Amino acid sequence: MSDAKQKSVDVASQQMIEQAEAQNIKIVWDRYDTMQPQCGFGQLGICCRICNMGPCRIDPFGEGPQKGVCGASADTIVARNLLRMIATGAAAHSDHGRDIAEALLLAAEGKAHDYGVNNPVRLREIATLYGIKLDGKKDLEIAGEVALKALSEFGQQEGELRFISRAPKKTQDLWRKLGVTPRGIDREIVECMHRTHMGVDNDYKNIIMHGLRTALSDGWGGSMIATELSDILFGAPNPIKSKVNLGVLKENYVNVVVHGHEPTLSDVVVQAAEDAELIKLAKKNGAEGINIVGMCCTANEMLMRHGIHSAGNFLQQELAILTGSVELMMVDVQCIMPALAELANCFHTELITTSPKAKFPGVTHIGFDEKRAMEISKTIIKRAVENFKNRRKERVVIPQETMDLVAGFTAEDIPYIIGGKYRSTWKPVNEGIISGRLRGVAGVVGCNNPNVRHDFGHTEMVKELIKNDVLVVVTGCSAIANAKMGLLKPEAALKFAGNGLREICEAVGIPPVLHVGSCVDNSRILIACSKIVEEGGLGESLSDLPVAGAAPEWMSEKAISIGFYFVASGVFTVFGTPQPVLGSQKVTDFITKDLENIVGGKFAFEVDPIKAAHLMIAHIDKKRQGLKLKPMMYQNG
Amino acid sequence: MRSFMKKLYYDVKKCLGCKSCELACSLAHSLTQDIFKAIKEEKKSLPRKKVHSSKGNNYPVSCRHCKEPKCVDACMAAALYRDDQKDMVVYDQERCVGCWMCVMSCPYGAIRPNILTKLAIRCDKCQDKDEPACVKACPTGAIIWCEEAEVKV
Repeated sequence: MSDAKQKSVDVASQQMIEQAEAQNIKIVWDRYDTMQPQCGFGQLGICCRICNMGPCRIDPFGEGPQKGVCGASADTIVARNLLRMIATGAAAHSDHGRDIAEALLLAAEGKAHDYGVNNPVRLREIATLYGIKLDGKKDLEIAGEVALKALSEFGQQEGELRFISRAPKKTQDLWRKLGVTPRGIDREIVECMHRTHMGVDNDYKNIIMHGLRTALSDGWGGSMIATELSDILFGAPNPIKSKVNLGVLKENYVNVVVHGHEPTLSDVVVQAAEDAELIKLAKKNGAEGINIVGMCCTANEMLMRHGIHSAGNFLQQELAILTGSVELMMVDVQCIMPALAELANCFHTELITTSPKAKFPGVTHIGFDEKRAMEISKTIIKRAVENFKNRRKERVVIPQETMDLVAGFTAEDIPYIIGGKYRSTWKPVNEGIISGRLRGVAGVVGCNNPNVRHDFGHTEMVKELIKNDVLVVVTGCSAIANAKMGLLKPEAALKFAGNGLREICEAVGIPPVLHVGSCVDNSRILIACSKIVEEGGLGESLSDLPVAGAAPEWMSEKAISIGFYFVASGVFTVFGTPQPVLGSQKVTDFITKDLENIVGGKFAFEVDPIKAAHLMIAHIDKKRQGLKLKPMMYQNG
Repeated sequence: MRSFMKKLYYDVKKCLGCKSCELACSLAHSLTQDIFKAIKEEKKSLPRKKVHSSKGNNYPVSCRHCKEPKCVDACMAAALYRDDQKDMVVYDQERCVGCWMCVMSCPYGAIRPNILTKLAIRCDKCQDKDEPACVKACPTGAIIWCEEAEVKV
């Protein structure tokens, strides 16, 4: 097998990896190789840099120091490091949510004219949840109140986050009993930092239980606010056809890659690119038009709502620039490799940063301002158009690969799709599970990581799950990986799904793998699970459900936070490569065994995607037995 | 085949004391060769190289495979002997009686006793690998693997 094939299972990526090699340009996989062997202390989580008596390291082979200078054991150090990772992940998602809430407030106050309420139904649902009186009020008025309520949840000191009330009652009661119900979003994150300061929390169990609370403030707080308020501002996604992979870059068009996470700018960029003046200018510059494509979760946001093509997932960000066809890449926050700046310098590509939170040295910064969203978007696109003449045709190599997909499923539209307009309910899903046609549901989410063959973890796991009649929902980079493999097409059911799942997909015309959005949209999965419990017949709490989660190629701290809010919500969750906890047997046992008896969910680490899929299937079967459900209708495999 | 002429040299100004070499050494001599599993082996693989600090400098210390090895002279069981062809001191574990005379006689403090296994812990220059694991693991290039003639002072 060639080197490029070892690095990625995606043919387009393989081609570009070979291009990089031919041009002697170092990319993420090369840097990963240079980094080998990676530090064992870091991998095991037993390095502590928290105070200036250190840095301290525990000798994992038992001969050297077993305590830090302060006396912290491996258990304390591992737990503290893990809590800080959860805090960072939760902070990233929640700060994204805050930005959306601020945009909604500006729109409501009439200060951001390029935004408005695009989903009055959801606006009213969320307003009702927040206890806002609706009578006679206009959309914008309600939107302002919703935005203020949402923003107040960040600084809330006491009580509970409002969206906690959307979980099944029994699950809520358990959280209260355990003291892990989040009080305020920022408060829990700040408390993580306090607890992990030198000489505060030493009890690994106590530390991790606060991690659960913090993660819940992400999943049922910051992320959920991001999802709901984005749906209000930009409209709820509905099933939509699109295309994915590097082949969506067009040879004769001005290519603009929008990369990052928050939809506030990207959603306006999509409209700006339709501006007649700009298209005219593009044609004047010798291009046929303007081609906006997405990358990472920005891609998912634009794909879900507007069908904008996705150029790829996390490990393809450098590969897009390597095609030599990208006039401009604009980025906001999260998962943007610092390497892009230097790489863009090797090509005509202009890299533009837009968030005051994420600047790169030497890179042009055009600060985004919600109040002038359209004007800024047009300025950026104009730069791209003007840069088209600098493209060197002889350097352009665009892979041919594209794949069709259907995206845009949400907890709100799935009942319509499966039940029809007049009996929109989750009943078909519940009945499918109860009758044994469907085994259960799995969420496969998370990043790419060069420590796993690119897209291999996601796609092999998902194929194995659907073969065993598990309906799969995907988000983030996993969604894009599975889309590239053709698993998000309805036809995929015929080729890959087990008999039971195939019958359901054929009956209602859905793919066996449902794209439910970006990484903050994992909150949609929590809502969907709650609705399934509410529908009845499958237990009373989230942990009763025959469901499982996975992040087979995880890389970021956000993935850790997601993992923890699923586990805290009662979901068995498999990570590919282990979290940096194996340096403490006690912490490892706590999160991979003991937590199941406390919150119903727990972690497993398994890098082999097929073995990991079977851990999930075994767990789903265990839950099916617990619910005394019928045996599976079909024996696949 | 790898050159027998290469030796381990150190640029101590570059050593940051990160102990990556120690961990890589333990791992290289473990049964499982996997960091996540190696730390759970019953008889843990102990590093044959240790980083010592003195007067602001860090010194990665392991067997220097002396031309006139004191440990070989001191070994009453003839478990240690010098292989001139390989240019190294070889250790026959089968013969070792665990008297620790080698530990006491080494002028560099490069041999340590493994009390649990009653065997001496000393560098074997990773005979089964193309180069010693510590060389690969060193993030700053403080550990140098080259022939004597190539050494730049």
